Amino acid sequence: MIRRNTIPFGPQHPVLPEPIQLHLVMENEKIVQALPAVGYVHRGLEKIAEKKDFIQDVYLAERICGICSFIHSQNYCQGIEELMKVQVPDRAKYLRVIWAETHRIHSHLLILGLLADAFGFENLFMRLWKVREQILNIMEKTTGARVILGVCAIGGVKRDITPELSEYVLRELESVEKQLPELADSLLKDYSVKQRLIGVGVLPKDKAHELGAVGPVARASGLRMDLRETGYAAYGDLDFKMVVEEAGDCYARTVVRVKELYTSLDLVRKALQRMPQGPISVPVRGSPPADEVLARIEQPRGELNFYIRGNGTRNLERFRVRTPTFANLPALLHQLTGCELADVPVIAICIDPCISCTER
Amino acid sequence: MVNLINSIFRKLTSRTECLKYPFEKRELPEGTRGRIDIEIDKCTFCGACEKRCPSNALKVTRDPKSWTLNPYSCIICGYCIEVCPKKCIIAHKEHYSPNV
Amino acid sequence: MLNNVSEITLDHISTEVWKLKQDGHRFVTMTCCDRGESHDILYHFDKNYELKHLRVTLPKGTALPSISAIFFAALLVENEMKDLLGVSVSGLAIDFQGHFMIAEGCPKTPLNKSVPGIGIQVQDKTPATAEGTVQS
Repeated sequence: MIRRNTIPFGPQHPVLPEPIQLHLVMENEKIVQALPAVGYVHRGLEKIAEKKDFIQDVYLAERICGICSFIHSQNYCQGIEELMKVQVPDRAKYLRVIWAETHRIHSHLLILGLLADAFGFENLFMRLWKVREQILNIMEKTTGARVILGVCAIGGVKRDITPELSEYVLRELESVEKQLPELADSLLKDYSVKQRLIGVGVLPKDKAHELGAVGPVARASGLRMDLRETGYAAYGDLDFKMVVEEAGDCYARTVVRVKELYTSLDLVRKALQRMPQGPISVPVRGSPPADEVLARIEQPRGELNFYIRGNGTRNLERFRVRTPTFANLPALLHQLTGCELADVPVIAICIDPCISCTER
Repeated sequence: MVNLINSIFRKLTSRTECLKYPFEKRELPEGTRGRIDIEIDKCTFCGACEKRCPSNALKVTRDPKSWTLNPYSCIICGYCIEVCPKKCIIAHKEHYSPNV
Repeated sequence: MLNNVSEITLDHISTEVWKLKQDGHRFVTMTCCDRGESHDILYHFDKNYELKHLRVTLPKGTALPSISAIFFAALLVENEMKDLLGVSVSGLAIDFQGHFMIAEGCPKTPLNKSVPGIGIQVQDKTPATAEGTVQS
């Protein structure tokens, strides 16, 4: 007779950047069912958003996540601009693209470093984060802060990039691009890394569509889904190309993230060269928003949705956040059934969990 | 394998990546937002910064005239710097020191 | 401005959602808004970057039929709505009994309008420092 044991994974685990608990029901080394338990970092941000001004909420939206913070504030500003019918100048759209893609590079380098640490390759973790320091220096020089930038505002952006700063950014990106091929080869062509990643956590294409997976998890299973194709901000003028793989396992997701690093470097370079002259923001006039909108944007982890509803006063009526990790959790539960216990850390970190976004 | 040996030689013969902190400090770029301060002679105590602060860290009274900032609540967002009509609030480069 | 919103009643939820699933739509999320005597529930679906929404008005006290049998991903959102807004949902595939996001001993249904915020209404009264203080 086979007995079932329940093992708790988390909330404290060396592999996880943020606390989440998974109850794993096991029979003899194989997992038959997994249940999540969240709520360790619930801060009640949706309630705070109803008590503050709708302009102070830009600073609140930035602080939802500590890794992808500019993109949250950009999405909030885009939603309010659609409600109040504000036209953002072109130079501001290009500047937003530059900072958003720099954020995407730093987020992918972070998760690739944590993945290398998860199967014991600590040297590669240190070297990837050393490259990430150069990207954070770019952000500090152009905006004044390293991670939580405080630069996006309703109607445009608050700071400009002068031609000298533009030269500095291009030089740093060139030096980053010279170091990337060696690091990518150590991650993708090593024999022991391949043994741990190929065939682990397979998600077929129809299951990915049914469970609502988004981001690199969906693109690694063959679904062509990337919101930058719709052309918001300045992406329509920058010849953006999506990266898609077919295999659906952890190795395919790593390949997608490494290729997206190159895509983002290319986008920043093109945006710096094609940026037009002009004002960087417009003043916002008129009555506060009184309608509802669903604002969407492509975050490094997938598709981010904000539902914003105003009632004509300066406080919003409802501000709802649905982050991509929340949408990838059912896909994680599906991948965990049938795998072995030693593969659980690698699968859990390959979906890129950002739990403080999920639980706001 | 050859790559590995090349990489080992290169790292052994180059300088260390870390700064020796108390003897070499990191240079902060211009425009970094570290600590909020005010040039009190130009202030008119209008209270615009107190109304706009997202974390309620500022307190301004007209009678007696005073402007106080609570550094434990301040999130260094820079909103007060923008709305001040006399532009007397500035951001220094260094952060709040621990013995405040 | 939400384009493409259709208003439906409680009994037609399952049939409409099943039709959208056969059509190839992907489940995005559900939103709930407190309007005083009723809850306003919105379902969002997506196909090829085009959104489609369904709106249901639920009087307080009525149970909402779950769609987790059709879309498994909906069960996390419905559990969260149960915790934070007090909407009662019937027929869930996995029911967390009101402890999905909120721990024991915490105030119940914090996002309803009748519950005041904790800590935000109270002004920060800790004494400030000597920097920038001028007494004249």
